Amino acid sequence: MAIVFKQETFRDDFTYRNSPENIRRFPFPFDRDEYMYSVNMEPHVKGREGTVFESLIDVDEHYVAEMQDRALVLKEDPLRYQALPHMMTAQWDTLELLMEEQAAGYPEHFTLIRNGDQWRWINRPLGIDDTFTFGDASTLPYEPLEYITRQAQGDFCIVDQRDGNLWMDAGMVTTQADWSLDFDIGMNFMEWHGPVPLAHQIGVFDRALKFLLNLQQGKPTRRFNWTMTINPRLDTSPENYHKWGPDRTTVTSENVGEKVHLRVELQSLWRLPRSNAILFVIRCYLMNMEELVTVPKWARRFPRVLKTLPAELVDYKGLTRYRQTTIDWLSGFDDGAPTSPGIFPD
Amino acid sequence: MSGGTEIPVRVTKVTPVADRIKRFRFERLDGQPMPYFSGGAHIIVSMNDGRHVRRNAYSLMSPPQDCSAYEISVLHVEDSRGGSAFMHEKVREGDEMKVSYPVNLFQPDWRARKHLLIAGGIGITPFIAMMEQFFREGASFELHYAVRSHDRGAYCQELVERYGPHRVKIYCDAERNFIPLTRLLDSQPLGTHLYVCGPSGMIDGVLKAGLEAGWPEQNLHSERFLSSQPGKPFDIELLRSVKTVHVGHHESMLEAIEAAGVDAPFLCRGGACGQCETAVVACEGRLLHHDVYLSDEEKASGRKVMICVSRFEGNRLSLDL
Repeated sequence: MAIVFKQETFRDDFTYRNSPENIRRFPFPFDRDEYMYSVNMEPHVKGREGTVFESLIDVDEHYVAEMQDRALVLKEDPLRYQALPHMMTAQWDTLELLMEEQAAGYPEHFTLIRNGDQWRWINRPLGIDDTFTFGDASTLPYEPLEYITRQAQGDFCIVDQRDGNLWMDAGMVTTQADWSLDFDIGMNFMEWHGPVPLAHQIGVFDRALKFLLNLQQGKPTRRFNWTMTINPRLDTSPENYHKWGPDRTTVTSENVGEKVHLRVELQSLWRLPRSNAILFVIRCYLMNMEELVTVPKWARRFPRVLKTLPAELVDYKGLTRYRQTTIDWLSGFDDGAPTSPGIFPD
Repeated sequence: MSGGTEIPVRVTKVTPVADRIKRFRFERLDGQPMPYFSGGAHIIVSMNDGRHVRRNAYSLMSPPQDCSAYEISVLHVEDSRGGSAFMHEKVREGDEMKVSYPVNLFQPDWRARKHLLIAGGIGITPFIAMMEQFFREGASFELHYAVRSHDRGAYCQELVERYGPHRVKIYCDAERNFIPLTRLLDSQPLGTHLYVCGPSGMIDGVLKAGLEAGWPEQNLHSERFLSSQPGKPFDIELLRSVKTVHVGHHESMLEAIEAAGVDAPFLCRGGACGQCETAVVACEGRLLHHDVYLSDEEKASGRKVMICVSRFEGNRLSLDL
């Protein structure tokens, strides 16, 4: 079924909203009424219809608007896209993966025709129809990774594997929860996770690294991460902190439902074939509290999760100023009834 | 199965290439293309001899960009526990087998200004795929390949013809012609990465010489063809599965555990990747660690064992499986 793409903004007048159908498919990340870090990884396999797991690279009603917002970010700050020279093979691997998955999941919107090294890529929502030579970057208007990630929702990092570690050596990062590719580029797995509290002490990153070093081709894996964002702003980068940081002081009991958003990252990790690098896809989903409470199970569970969040995480996620206001507002929708297991709406 | 997705294939060609070396070509039964891979990758080939399944790792040597088939070369090892003997004596064109998705534990460092490849005997196979990839991508490389005698050296002539004598140099033990290691190590441009694959003694020697010549450890790469060694039989107790498993003379712990119907994790089956790391709950006796994954301290602690290659001597071994 063809997706109806919305015209909307993630800045200035913030017209971004989810349709009722899109709320039902939101990847609500909490499968129980409390929260703690864990190596919460599971195989990235196709899931049930009407969820974000329908396709392995998810495309939804926000696709066109998100790509327009990415173009605006890149225009102001081209360093949001970077790739070190040795990552060219991995760039092509990524282009292939994203074209194949989008074409397979959404044939009415995307078509890939491969004839040896001569490829034709048709992207109908963005009005693109390009023919190029796979492996020859001069036949594309941008480097392969930049080209395809200007046409795919989510942030993308490619990490190189060497010396028993993973290195952040390429990426397109414009929808990030307060981290910077320009800062992290060239860092290894332990270095770029440096600031995360609690998780280091319980050995989460040692185990995660060990797991990822053996990530297998043909067996992608996924995990959730989450935070909260005031206003539906995709680009909450350290570079633009002056634009979004002060938003956190603007939450009141009157506007909390509209302003406060749950921000969920569906991270999928893929071993790339020709380069043996790993692609991290960090796909961001936003939903405000008014939208969230339209699903009774989530309305009950989310305030309970917020109440049990350790102080370090409240601080790390930047929720300190508005967590209580949000809990107070949400608690009006929590009748105390038990919630069913799992993440999906009842 | 814990070792990754398996692909059902047909053996479409078996080619003798040198004394005791055969090449096997695998094509998918479902007619789909094989997954692309990166030079240095290996696959696990499952061999079903009717009684039990044996799984061995072999480096891929077909061109990584050619997804019509995978090719491996197998040396018939004299004291083999049966894997290479099975491939040489039992496998015929037309047979159906299973191979795993590719896994690469010997990935080239893509930052290298130059790749210096040092091969001994059957250790040539991962380099054949690597060179194909370097060649296509315009990377600088040089192969130094030592063989015992000309009739035992696989692909010598083909490689010289394909890449030229300036990039491929063959050394023959029988002619007392040896790799001039010291000169090679001293004459490389900055940013060169060295890769060595061959007999254990050769790998140790090259790595040691590299370090002594002042090379950074990160620029020295190796892949050992470790396999489980035969040894005295013993029993292991699997606590979570509530089973006692007998490990025979020619069997590895992993193989015995699999034969008992317990699904244990694995990837390389060669003591290198770390996937089959298993916690030791009780050990009355001595663990014989044959892997290159655990650190010396971990081995000495006796709390972990790599069940794909290591063995045990003693009264009682209990594992968390």
